[in-house]
Amino acid sequence: MQAASNASKMIYLLRLGDSALVLSQRISELCGKGPALEEDLALANTALDLLGQARLWLSYAGEIEGDGRDEDALAFLRSDREFHNLLIVEQLNGNYAGTIMRQFLFDAWHTLALAQLTQSSDPRICEIAQKSQKEVTYHLRRSSDLIVRMGDGTEVSHALTQAALDQLWPFTGEMFTGDAIDEEMTAAGVGFDPAQLKQTWQTYIDQVFTVATLQLPRQDAWMQKGGKQGVHSEHLSYLLAEMQVLHRAHPGAKW
Amino acid sequence: MVTERASPNRPSIDELWSWLAEVPDPEIPVVSVVDLGIVRDIAWSSQDAETAIITVTPTYSGCPATDVIGQMIQEELLKRGVKRVHLRVQLSPAWTTQWLTDKARQKLQEYGIAPPTEETAAEGDALSGSLVTLGQGAHTPSLACPRCGSTNNEMISRFGSTPCKSLHRCLDCLEPFDHFKCH
Repeated sequence: MQAASNASKMIYLLRLGDSALVLSQRISELCGKGPALEEDLALANTALDLLGQARLWLSYAGEIEGDGRDEDALAFLRSDREFHNLLIVEQLNGNYAGTIMRQFLFDAWHTLALAQLTQSSDPRICEIAQKSQKEVTYHLRRSSDLIVRMGDGTEVSHALTQAALDQLWPFTGEMFTGDAIDEEMTAAGVGFDPAQLKQTWQTYIDQVFTVATLQLPRQDAWMQKGGKQGVHSEHLSYLLAEMQVLHRAHPGAKW
Repeated sequence: MVTERASPNRPSIDELWSWLAEVPDPEIPVVSVVDLGIVRDIAWSSQDAETAIITVTPTYSGCPATDVIGQMIQEELLKRGVKRVHLRVQLSPAWTTQWLTDKARQKLQEYGIAPPTEETAAEGDALSGSLVTLGQGAHTPSLACPRCGSTNNEMISRFGSTPCKSLHRCLDCLEPFDHFKCH
């Protein structure tokens, strides 16, 4: 088995941490604005779980890098091209169907990805994955239930949920497309081949969509890519501007 | 391991445990950080006989109480005369509600939070890491309403006022109540 280089491992960890961090920030935008009190609480709690996970991944990424950057430096002092999150998590909240559909598509992938990482040859990655997995399984329960309620709800909720699925679909391909870093991590036993998750993921979401009376989009649809390599949609810069402004204006500020 | 003889004046490990058993959880103050299973280990440092090493495991990765809990543990021990306290955060094995003591479960119920039950624990174990079965958990027969004791209830929301709780409603007395969800 080939040992993984630290530079590649750091990017690999950033991909995991950045996806959790950016989604956490996106959902946090709705804090205090949820459509119902229970939903507001659920969004805030999900964001909090993801933020905690991001902190664990990013602090490990900083240690692997070895340049003295901690999780705050990585979260608040990198620009958009240095973020390695999946494109789907930076997409706008849209209406509530969009928010929940994005969550659902990501949660199903996230659950499978973390299950793979609990088998990692890197004990620290195993630990973080085990901890996160419990939380994310719970996120998936909630988003799956909501997809059924909205898809199989009123005519309006059905139409909005289907539209959200169609709109987000091109961002799902990237979750299953590997590159040289994925290959290196898989060869070293640290990570996994993302293409292997595709079939299980699709079977699962299709089951949920069937109950939700939603139509799975075309399999040969064109797919977006680039987030994992640092090439993002315009949405990420605005998100980072809001997330980072305080830290950049007052470096090291503490409550 | 440093033996107790190395520093006869320092408190025993048992004493440290009993002191921490009085540090309340900041969000659910009826239970202590020991009852919750957050404190995993207490030892004296092998390098420095007067440094107590407290190993803690956070409940949820993003639990905002984690930092406060660490501070409260330090303050309590320093106040009792421990010279130095080192907090060690341990992620693995991941915290589980199975670590809640029986005393903690009883206190939660009396406080108005239905504690985890064998039924919800088994469900949580079966689900962790796997894809889910839809439509589960609407009615949880093993949960007793903390107000009237009825087990006739429904889930209102998978998340309650904190990440560690879900929200339910008793269908007999109609009171909503929190459940310390299984994890």
